[in-house]
Amino acid sequence: MAQFKLPANSRVQVGKTFPAPSGAKRVKRFVVYRYDPETGENPRLDTYELDLDDCAPMVLDALIKIKNEIDPSLTFRRSCREGICGSCAMNIDGTNTLACTKHIGEVSGDVRIYPLPHLSVIKDLVPDLTHFYAQYAAVEPWLKTKTPTPPDRERLQSKEERAKLDGLYECILCACCSTSCPSYWWNDRYLGPAALLQAYRWIADSRDESIGERLDALEDPFKLYRCHTIMNCTNTCPKGLNPAKAIGEIKQLMVLRR
Amino acid sequence: MPHQRPLSPHLQVYRWSLTMLMSIVHRATGVALSLGSILLVIWFAALAAGPDAYATAQGIVASPIGLLLLFGWSVALFYHLCNGIRHLFWDIGMGFEKAQARRSGWAALGGTAILTLVAWGIGLSGAM
Repeated sequence: MAQFKLPANSRVQVGKTFPAPSGAKRVKRFVVYRYDPETGENPRLDTYELDLDDCAPMVLDALIKIKNEIDPSLTFRRSCREGICGSCAMNIDGTNTLACTKHIGEVSGDVRIYPLPHLSVIKDLVPDLTHFYAQYAAVEPWLKTKTPTPPDRERLQSKEERAKLDGLYECILCACCSTSCPSYWWNDRYLGPAALLQAYRWIADSRDESIGERLDALEDPFKLYRCHTIMNCTNTCPKGLNPAKAIGEIKQLMVLRR
Repeated sequence: MPHQRPLSPHLQVYRWSLTMLMSIVHRATGVALSLGSILLVIWFAALAAGPDAYATAQGIVASPIGLLLLFGWSVALFYHLCNGIRHLFWDIGMGFEKAQARRSGWAALGGTAILTLVAWGIGLSGAM
C-alpha cells in the first residue's frame, strides 16, 4: 500500500535564514532542503536571500553562489552546467528539472529547492540513485546480436531505421522522469520511465536481434504495467523526451506479438 | 550508517498538473463506481422484492441525500467513461504529446459535464 505521509525521521522542519546583503535591490529568496547525516536531525529548510543583480541567471548559479559565499556546507551534484550531464537534477518550484537549465526568472515567488522526490537522501540535495542505476542495468542497455558481425564493415542501418532512435538516445539518465512518477514512488519493482525509455531504445534499434527476449523480460505486472499514463515523466523531462510514449509503444508490441 | 537516511518529500512538494490530477481521479471514480454498483444491486433487489420494498428504496433514492449521491455517482460514471476513452486512444499509441494530453484531458472533462447535464435533463423532465 502506498505510503503518502513522510516517515517521522523525514518530516521537514524550519531552518535558518541568511538575509540579503544590505543595499540589495532585487532580492530573491531561495528555500533549500538541508539534511546533515552527521547530526541525525530531521531535514530542514534553510532560506537564503540573494541579490539577483549580483547573481548569474540559472538556479545552479544561485546554488553555487550560496555555496561559495554564504554556506560552504550546502551539498549538491553538478558538473557540466549546460544540461548534458544530468548531475544537477532536483525538484525546483514543484517539478523535477536540471538546476543548470532552469532560469531563476521562470519561478514566481520563492525558489523552493528539494532533492529528487521519494529517494533516500545522502546529504542536502544529493539523493541515493543506486536503485535507479540498477534498474537501468536491468534492461541490458547494449546491442545484443545473434548473427556474426560482418567481417568487413559495421552493422548498417538505413536513415529511416536510424531516425526511429531520435527522441530515445538523447536521454541523460538524470532521473527527473522516474522520480516524478507517483507509480514509481510507490512501486519498488516498477522499472520507471527512464529505464523503460532505454529498454525501448534497444527494442526500436533495427540492429538488435533479441527483441523477443527483451519483451519477455518486461512482461510483468510490475516492471512495465505500473505505468498508468499519468504523464508526469513527459511533462517534466528537461530534454523534451517522451517516456510515456515509449512505454505506450512497448505495451503495443506486447499485444501485437501475441 | 549512524542514522537512517530520510526519504525526500514527494506528494508533499510535487506541483499538481491536469494529467496527474485526472489520473488519480480516474482511480477514485473507479472505486466510487464499484461501491455505487452495490447500491444499484440493492435497488434492483428491492424492485424484485415487491412494491413495499421498492417504495422504501425509491424514497431513499429520491431524498435530497439520495439525489446528491446519485448525482455524484453519475458524474463519476461519465468521467470514468470519457477518461476511459482517452485511455483507449493512448492504448493505440495516440495523444502522447504534452499539448495533446492536456487537450484530451479538457475534452474528457467537457464530455463529463455535457453527458451529466443531458442525463439529468432527461431524467428530471421524465420524472416531472
